[in-house]
Amino acid sequence: MSAVMPHPALPLPAAATLLTRQGWAAVAAAVLILAVLVPIFNLAVPKDSLFHLSDYYVGLVGKIMCYAICALAMDLIWGYTGILSLGHGLFFALGGYAMGMYLMRQIGRDGNYQSDLPDFMVFLNWKTLPWHWTFSDSFLFQAAMVVLVPGLLAFVFGYFAFRSRIKGVYFSIITQALTFAAMLLFFRNETGFGGNNGFTDFKRLFGIPITTSHMRVTLFVITGLVLIGFFLMARAIVSSKTGRVLQAIRDAETRVMFSGYDPVAFKLAIWTLSAVMCGVAGALYVPQVGIINPSEMSPAAGIEMAIWAAVGGRATLIGPIVGAVFVNGAKSVFTVAFPEFWLYFLGALFIAVTLFLPDGIVGLVRRLMAARKGSQP
Amino acid sequence: MTPDLLDEGTRAREAYERRRGEQAITGDFTSGRVVRDRVPDFAKGVALYLEDITVSFDGFKALNALSLSINVGELRCIIGPNGAGKTTMMDVITGKTRPDAGSAHFGSNIDLLRLRENDIAQIGIGRKFQKPTVYERLTVFENLELALSGERSVRAGLFSRLSGTQLDRIGEVLVLIHLRDQAQRTAGLLSHGQKQWLEIGMLLMQDPKLLLLDEPVAGMTDEETERTAELFLSLEGQHSLVVVEHDMKFVDQLTQGRKKVTVLHEGRVLAEGLLAQVQADEKVVEVYLGR
Repeated sequence: MSAVMPHPALPLPAAATLLTRQGWAAVAAAVLILAVLVPIFNLAVPKDSLFHLSDYYVGLVGKIMCYAICALAMDLIWGYTGILSLGHGLFFALGGYAMGMYLMRQIGRDGNYQSDLPDFMVFLNWKTLPWHWTFSDSFLFQAAMVVLVPGLLAFVFGYFAFRSRIKGVYFSIITQALTFAAMLLFFRNETGFGGNNGFTDFKRLFGIPITTSHMRVTLFVITGLVLIGFFLMARAIVSSKTGRVLQAIRDAETRVMFSGYDPVAFKLAIWTLSAVMCGVAGALYVPQVGIINPSEMSPAAGIEMAIWAAVGGRATLIGPIVGAVFVNGAKSVFTVAFPEFWLYFLGALFIAVTLFLPDGIVGLVRRLMAARKGSQP
Repeated sequence: MTPDLLDEGTRAREAYERRRGEQAITGDFTSGRVVRDRVPDFAKGVALYLEDITVSFDGFKALNALSLSINVGELRCIIGPNGAGKTTMMDVITGKTRPDAGSAHFGSNIDLLRLRENDIAQIGIGRKFQKPTVYERLTVFENLELALSGERSVRAGLFSRLSGTQLDRIGEVLVLIHLRDQAQRTAGLLSHGQKQWLEIGMLLMQDPKLLLLDEPVAGMTDEETERTAELFLSLEGQHSLVVVEHDMKFVDQLTQGRKKVTVLHEGRVLAEGLLAQVQADEKVVEVYLGR
């Protein structure tokens, strides 16, 4: 530089903190509600009281929080990195199946056929456990599978896809094909995953009956804390330099490459992480809902996850969580009140958001807040 | 041992090490891939050397046995009509396109045809695209921060913090590209010319030895064009620059009537010389004006 001019102090970005003070207060409030208030209102408040929180709502919100984890995972890969996966239902289901195998073994001899084998195997006239069920009675082993199976599959698939520079809609279609192929595989009885019925009739977890209120609330609290933990982790990632590289890949991948970064490594890392998050969500979902079957791998399931993220607002982290809660809340109301109109409503919602709210619910709220601030003197 | 033999031994050893240096891939494994952090050797005064590069797309020869040599510290303007192969040439140098034949060397020791885009960027070749390419939804500051030379791995990015010197460097470049007051603005909101500057600034952050600039003043006002010419002239000497441009006024500002200009046509060098000379060249006139 011919003339290195002395420059006055730069207008620096505010020191990168994880959350603002209000943000931390909101997180603390969320922890308080999910981990303290819900258990109290469900367990301690008498059933006939107005303030009693029924098991139905604990189960419903617990389930929706699992979906919210998936939406958060979608946001990392789609909202921040610009890679639209329509196959995240697969990772969710794989985590669910890994947990489901353990729950099936926990049934013990209490099944319909009073056998050591899960009912569906007796029904198929199998005499021994297939090889991939060898360690299924160990919680630790299956818990490791919850992370490893979706993680490894995502890593291998992602490695080849990203290295071959498969992008955009082509990548989306391939992920959809992948989840569809896996669904067909799990539908078959001989693969040893219970065919189209999947796993159900769970009795116990750690030897404790699974349908008791205490068990439900425990699972609910764990899910809530995992969701908050994942949110903070995602927040730390997107506010780091790596998070900015991900956004740069979304906006101009060639520029990233010509700046000396290897986009494959970055995409692979966030892709694998997001698959693992979905796997964990699936593992938390299965004991709360009491069933896992191949329909969780249907392409529609993956598309729904994308809708949650889009409705809530992409690249905001909190948006997809809001979106998952909103869409699934609406779903549970709609499917009771007017079941035949739910899919029309979902489709209309998606179109409306795409056309009028490109930044989703969170974008709308931000715009309204900015307008209010602007109108004040 | 006799002095002769000692000398011979030293020479043999040097030759051996030189050979090894050319072949060996040094560096470590990051994310399962070899990172080649080799240093280009500019001792011979040549920054970039292309020889007989041929690229064909479905039979059409975008580059036809193109040879070109750029000296260290040189500012070379390349002109030519549309379809002459200027952008394809940059694609070859930066690893985006693999040629069918020929060789491309950076310094005297680095074979560019064996490296990938991000490796080529790492060893010191920066490229500005024809269409300004910046990260639209990040701020100007963040755009520059990402381009800053340094560790490029996922893990390092999770924990990296800017140091004082790095901040100073970003400040310096912000002043240089006249975007100091826009540092916290989203890059997508900048004007076309400002985006061009931001991208040039991003190249400078990488501290490249060789800058490839594809139509850097497209869409700039006259004043912006002039400032850009000043900026490039100030970089000459410390960096080698290759500027592809249509704007003859800008080329004239850059060459100042004494620097060589290369004219490309149909994938090969048609003429080389001072701007005034090539503009008077019959072949060049024919190509530009048609028969």
